[in-house]
Amino acid sequence: MIDIRDVSKWYGTFQVLKDCTTAVRKGEVVVVCGPSGSGKSTLIKTVNALEPFQKGEIFVNGIPVGDPKTDLPKLRAKVGMVFQHFELFPHLTITENLALAQVKVLGRGRDEANERGLKLLDRVGLKAHAAKYPGQLSGGQQQRVAIARALSMDPIAMLFDEPTSALDPEMINEVLDVMVELAREGMTMMVVTHEMGFARKVAHRVIFMDNGEIVEDAAKEDFFGKPRSERAVQFLSKILQH
Amino acid sequence: MAYDFNWGVFFEELPGGDTEYWEILLEGVGWTLAVSALAWAIALAVGAVVGTIRTTDRPWLVRLGNAWVELFRNIPLIVQLFLWYFVVPELVPPLKRWAIAADPTTVQFAMAVVGLGLFTSARIAEQVRAGIQSLPRGQRMAAMALGLTTPQAYRHVLLPMAFRIVIPPLTSETMNLIKNSSVALTIGLAELTFRSREMGEYTFHFFEAFTAATLIYVAIAMTANRVMAFIERKVAVPGFIAGGAK
Repeated sequence: MIDIRDVSKWYGTFQVLKDCTTAVRKGEVVVVCGPSGSGKSTLIKTVNALEPFQKGEIFVNGIPVGDPKTDLPKLRAKVGMVFQHFELFPHLTITENLALAQVKVLGRGRDEANERGLKLLDRVGLKAHAAKYPGQLSGGQQQRVAIARALSMDPIAMLFDEPTSALDPEMINEVLDVMVELAREGMTMMVVTHEMGFARKVAHRVIFMDNGEIVEDAAKEDFFGKPRSERAVQFLSKILQH
Repeated sequence: MAYDFNWGVFFEELPGGDTEYWEILLEGVGWTLAVSALAWAIALAVGAVVGTIRTTDRPWLVRLGNAWVELFRNIPLIVQLFLWYFVVPELVPPLKRWAIAADPTTVQFAMAVVGLGLFTSARIAEQVRAGIQSLPRGQRMAAMALGLTTPQAYRHVLLPMAFRIVIPPLTSETMNLIKNSSVALTIGLAELTFRSREMGEYTFHFFEAFTAATLIYVAIAMTANRVMAFIERKVAVPGFIAGGAK
């Protein structure tokens, strides 16, 4: 479904991604972890071309992301993305946030879009807040709305870029619960996160990045059981200490 | 101070009869309002476009926008009006033919509107650019990630918030524009300041004439200010702090 081949990216002379190669199969949940500055957020953003890359190839459902001829808006509409800081549109109500792209991109009617939006809001437990504005919701609620907004486009895969890093601890679980449910339904997911509990629960594979390189790309059991690289061992010992 | 105040002077007739001074002041107010309103429309439309293209990722659009702002911001307004009125028609023959044939007041009015509008557009462009750039980078990314095209992202996501954020500086700009419209007197447009000076010169009651002008400018500017404040409240986003809502 997502095929990343030898992808490299530079900011000026600084190389942020070094020959990254990996793949996410249909229905697979892949967690990407690593210290900050390791390039994991950049990598996930190259998948839907929010970050350009200079070398290598990425295919999403067979479509070449780096090809200048690719219709990027059309491609992005099929790949849901959830951001660290939610990025709901503050001047639109929750319902309007969910309907905007359905109407403008997919060409759905306003009523159909609202109906689909409400169904998804119900699913993330926020139907009662449909008429509110993002600024009137808590962080956890906003992130659940953001997930519902991405799902409203009927995506073939979902990308999560540190979806719980900006949340207060008591709100992390309400977001993770939605993500776990999504994973169990068979959604293809690529998730940048430090939530190792989430990785243990639903991930099929774990990718560990450091300094722009994919250091480890292993089945979950292998990654947590016997990480091969010294850097992964250190990283795990640091974040699992507490 | 030996000055003989005469507030009744407004109701005296101009040499030649028929017209009283308050009437020509009122006519001046009409021109001031007309120049300001049209110039404001031009400034807002052009400023929004120029400010927006300066935030795109197309280098040539950014350079075009930057050049526009520097051109109209770096030349004094009064010089710009002279250029529009005296120089531009010389360079554009059809414009010159029109300027000679048309009623002089129409030409003065048109050139004042264009000159003041474009001068102010550069300043509004700068504010619109700052407004768009003050939005989190993730907003643009989220819009793109949903499949919106760049124009759609601007239209539905970035500009609605950016304009809300820049309402306070736009208010100052609107008031500046109204006051700057007085410069149109230098190309002969009989707006409020022109008429006040005219009244002073005929009657030697400059104090009264310019007191009236001052009060009228204050009233117009304050009305504009109130209207903008009303709009600001009207479009305030519930729960959004940075925009000044509750």
